[in-house]
Amino acid sequence: MAEKEAAGNEYVVAGIDVGGTFTDLILIDGSAGGKVYVAKTPTTLDNQAYGVVSALGTTGFPIDRIDLIVHGTTTTTNAVLERRLARTGMITTQGFRDVLELGRRTRPNPYGMTGAFVPVIPRNLRLEVPERVEASGAVRTPLDEAATRAAVRQLIDAGCESLVIHFLHAYANPAHEKRAAEIAAELWPNDHITTGHSLLSEAREFERGVTAAVNASVQPILKRYVERLRSELAERGYRRDFLMMNGNGGMISARYVTNEAAKTVMSGPASGVMAAAYTGRRAGFPNLVTYDMGGTSTDVALIRGAQPAVSNEIEIEYAMPIHVPMVDVHTVGAGGGSIARIDDSGLIRVGPESAGATPGPICYGRGGTEPTISDANLILGRLNPRRLLAVDSPVSVPDIEAIFAEKLGGRIGIGGAEAAGAVLRIANLKMAGAIRMVSISKGHDPRDFALFAFGGAGPLHATALARELGIPKVLVPARPGITNALGCVVADMRHDFVNTVNQPVAALDEALARDILARQAAEGRELIAKEAVKPQTIRIVHSADMQFVGQTHLLNVPLPSADVTRAHLQDIFEKAYYARFRVKLPEIRAALVNLNTSVIGVRSELDLSTLIDPAGRSGTVADALVETRPVWFDGRWLDTPVYAREKLPLDAAFEGPAILEQLDATTVVEPGDRCSSDGEGNIIIEVRRS
Amino acid sequence: MTTLDAITLSVIQAGLQQVCDEMDLTFSRAAFSPVIAEANDRSDGIYSAEDGSLIAQGIGGLPVFVGVMQYSTRTLIEMIREGKALKPEPGDIYIVNDPYLGGTHLMDVRFVKPVWRNGKIYCWLSNTGHWPDIGGAVPGGFSASATSVEQEGLRLPPVKLFKKGAMDPEIHAIIASNIRVADQRIGDIKAQAAALMVGQDRLYELLDRYGDKTVTDAIAELRRRAGEQMRARIAEMPDGVFRSKAFVDSDGVVDEPLTIALSIEKSGDTLTFDFDGSSPPCAGPMNSVLATTLSSVYLAIRHVFPDVPLSAGAFEPLIVKRPEGTFLDARYPRPVSGCAAEVSQRIAEAVFAAMVQALPDKVTAAPAGSSGNFALGGHDPARGRDFVMYQISGGGYGGSAGADGLSNGCSTIGISKSPPVEVMEQAFPVLYRHYALHEGSGGAGRHRGGFGLAYEIELLRGTARASFVMDHGRTGPLGALGGEDGGVNRVKVIRDGIEHVPPHLSKEQDIPLSAGDRVQVKTPGGGGYGDPRERDRALVARDVAMGYYTPQEAETRFGPF
Repeated sequence: MAEKEAAGNEYVVAGIDVGGTFTDLILIDGSAGGKVYVAKTPTTLDNQAYGVVSALGTTGFPIDRIDLIVHGTTTTTNAVLERRLARTGMITTQGFRDVLELGRRTRPNPYGMTGAFVPVIPRNLRLEVPERVEASGAVRTPLDEAATRAAVRQLIDAGCESLVIHFLHAYANPAHEKRAAEIAAELWPNDHITTGHSLLSEAREFERGVTAAVNASVQPILKRYVERLRSELAERGYRRDFLMMNGNGGMISARYVTNEAAKTVMSGPASGVMAAAYTGRRAGFPNLVTYDMGGTSTDVALIRGAQPAVSNEIEIEYAMPIHVPMVDVHTVGAGGGSIARIDDSGLIRVGPESAGATPGPICYGRGGTEPTISDANLILGRLNPRRLLAVDSPVSVPDIEAIFAEKLGGRIGIGGAEAAGAVLRIANLKMAGAIRMVSISKGHDPRDFALFAFGGAGPLHATALARELGIPKVLVPARPGITNALGCVVADMRHDFVNTVNQPVAALDEALARDILARQAAEGRELIAKEAVKPQTIRIVHSADMQFVGQTHLLNVPLPSADVTRAHLQDIFEKAYYARFRVKLPEIRAALVNLNTSVIGVRSELDLSTLIDPAGRSGTVADALVETRPVWFDGRWLDTPVYAREKLPLDAAFEGPAILEQLDATTVVEPGDRCSSDGEGNIIIEVRRS
Repeated sequence: MTTLDAITLSVIQAGLQQVCDEMDLTFSRAAFSPVIAEANDRSDGIYSAEDGSLIAQGIGGLPVFVGVMQYSTRTLIEMIREGKALKPEPGDIYIVNDPYLGGTHLMDVRFVKPVWRNGKIYCWLSNTGHWPDIGGAVPGGFSASATSVEQEGLRLPPVKLFKKGAMDPEIHAIIASNIRVADQRIGDIKAQAAALMVGQDRLYELLDRYGDKTVTDAIAELRRRAGEQMRARIAEMPDGVFRSKAFVDSDGVVDEPLTIALSIEKSGDTLTFDFDGSSPPCAGPMNSVLATTLSSVYLAIRHVFPDVPLSAGAFEPLIVKRPEGTFLDARYPRPVSGCAAEVSQRIAEAVFAAMVQALPDKVTAAPAGSSGNFALGGHDPARGRDFVMYQISGGGYGGSAGADGLSNGCSTIGISKSPPVEVMEQAFPVLYRHYALHEGSGGAGRHRGGFGLAYEIELLRGTARASFVMDHGRTGPLGALGGEDGGVNRVKVIRDGIEHVPPHLSKEQDIPLSAGDRVQVKTPGGGGYGDPRERDRALVARDVAMGYYTPQEAETRFGPF
């Protein structure tokens, strides 16, 4: 299948991201000077393919003229979180079928002796067979093939559509898993067979087992979805391969994506972070904290050197670890719908309860009666009541303010507007605390970053949040509301590799280490070569996970090249450790635990300056003025200019207060903040020091 | 005092919390011992300059340390005043682990640091870390049969480990000479001190930003309001006296159960806890010191009302009569190594069992409530070295008004993850023959208890000694409101094919093993909640289909289905 090279500007590419509420699309027509089409259509939950096709339809652009479609989907995320999984069976080592149900001996919250946990595969579909491999990889009990065959038949008879084979210590010796898979393949009616070691070849039977079980349970679902989308697109004239987004922020061909279906879980937040990294790099901000605030939650991630942090140890909900490489996105339970209340001690609390999408904030007019963050923004003039998306029957601002006065202000002796101001302050404080914990747990000072604000509500809160954190600058991209779709358009192809070494640095076999890194790079190049879309260049990123001998936590240290030496490793680790903990430990030896390589197929650069139509821009800031309205800042109302974001000239520069409105987002520039636009239409806000 | 608005108060409350959370995080990330780095067996907090009362404590601290450092800090302040400890100077950090001076067991080592502001002590920062060894008769410190504290390890009165910012090499040398694997402790000591330094930096930022007076006023007001919040929770309970009894299997030396008798009197907006009728001090290490007894009550109440902030104010409406003359108020030289891990959980169980009568919708039946400590120490001939392995286990949680109990949850006083079987087998010469649900152990009830863990370990080579400090071998975790008790803890050792059950059921020390010998442990299930006959029949049938109960068991315990 010959595809057009992704180089040059003649290319038509469409990025489509299916989110919880909206399906976002961005199409860039390289043959027409980079003309941009965007669409935002409701997500069709039952069959996401329908929403994708309808988003494409609303652009009016002929589907058969598109060269490449890149797609992010929440199909697998939703399947996991809502436990709407394919019926899946597991065959495992005798004595260990309960590993999936025992977990790691935890509870959901430190306080409160309650909690529920439902294993991915129920106990009656987890069967044991005699076999045992020791930690060394030595076989202690050979695989009982007859018992394996019988177990496979039993699971087929039980109506299982997908199968997991998960044996103890298979990371050390996968022979039994491979043989059992061969036996199963003779009998199983389809190719949905996952072995534990194939996705994650590391010790830790619960995490490896859950990862494999999730993979198997979403595989048939993802496969059906990909087939459906392929045929829907083909019907409309698009017959090429398309790319799909993985949770590590890299793309993979739709032809291969189902093999490792678990890697697509959490791909939605990843694409937003990829767009942030791309936009930030072009704008000269390689170090970013991304801040995506939506209706029910806020996603935060760190980008250093234009590279999003990727983790292999993400737990997507309580006791649900999916240990494949994923962009390290942390979710905070605060969004536009978070509910504010006065607690028993007379203090204001915001969240974690949320009004969600239904009934939603009061201002949605769907019967919501509890004060929320969105309502507070409306009362304070930050949001424009005439421009709210998704409103059923509007509730007037004075009515909302009266509810704030009654439910919040009245109990602590302040008015409705003051109460709304307090709600925002508390909410910002909570989000700032979460960002601080995310950044310092990784060893970074948030003050060394810029804040990249996106999502419907991110730009509303970003400047206040940045001030709270001491972050000097905020970057609001041209299209904050469709950042995830942009991520699909700009994301690279990517494969990540981890190999465990576990040797003291002083005794490290240097040749072995170099060999591991070289093999990782070669394997990645091979995988990318198989893809239909050809990257412009291949970028290889090496890093090491290190610790002092005797520690359990790891510190990830970037390696400038594959040419590692003992002395260099020791040196860069000591420096990184001191930078993180301000502690020197000359008494203790350093150890190299893992060697990691990411192989990135870099796609061609995309000019972002057309994301906002250049023809629509005004000559002066004044021409972009829509109105002046009172907006509440720090306890008082200020007459504040409101600008149409799309009309601001590319050389705009002015001081806050100001509100910037555009179709999918509202940006608040606080008094004293300095706002300017860059050449690609990003808004850069220099935050006044408090 | 100036009147502070609700917004400023909320902001300062969040700021103080952030200081503590960052201390917790720094301590864990920089620590070497898995018990701190992985199991988070540590806690950090801010304490008042005057009397050491709790101002704020990290959310991620081990529950057993709720409120406990206020007693050690208070004792230090008094000792300084009486000239029994050196006067503090800027940059000093005291170290102390004496159980009788407001502590827990010897392994819990506290650092206490004065925070200076304008030439005066503004407050104290303190943290506790569970050290993997503190000397004494057995590695790790959990002797099941010690009869005095001297056998349990090195006891430190409050002394300055850091003087004017620098570690005192002489004090460090004394400590290092008295503990096992001392070479690694230096990393933990630096981590524990670094956490307090980070806390001080963050606290100074908060004070600079809002002003000392505002923060001071806010602390007082927050304390008052936490008290109000706790009082509001208590006021929702019906008036009355609620009684319960919980039992410790034995003290490890004398084979007799110890009784915790508790009555909680709810009157207006206070709760009075009276342990009158509890057993006298015991010969073995299952004694509790007063500070641990108090913090056990607090942590149990915090499990019941998790939204009340951790502050001395929250404890004020909780009046605990000093249980003098009982094993819950042990004095020198009673051995105490079991107080933090086991007795604390029995105290919490007694609190739950009394509180569920008053708050049936909020409180669960008893959880497994044992740390399930199994220690195996021996020699691995293949590697030519000695080893000490711990298998700490959880169990089932109690059923509640809304749901069945969780299976294999961690202890009431803990929040840590268990190590994977694969990692244990890599590190030690053992093979797990099974690692499974303890079938049938969930106490029957309208909502049943969760299930405990069942495992069997075989020693692959060399020789070793097995020790157990567990509980609930005689009686299971208490059921509530007509629910059955949870299944009991069972230990069996198979030596040369001959089965041995510890005479004290859940406690024994130094059982010799050789290659091929096996240890079987089944941990307790949670108590059931409500009448088992009221359980949804479809759920009973599902539990049978899943193999959680045999059909006969289900029929007997839940009735026909």
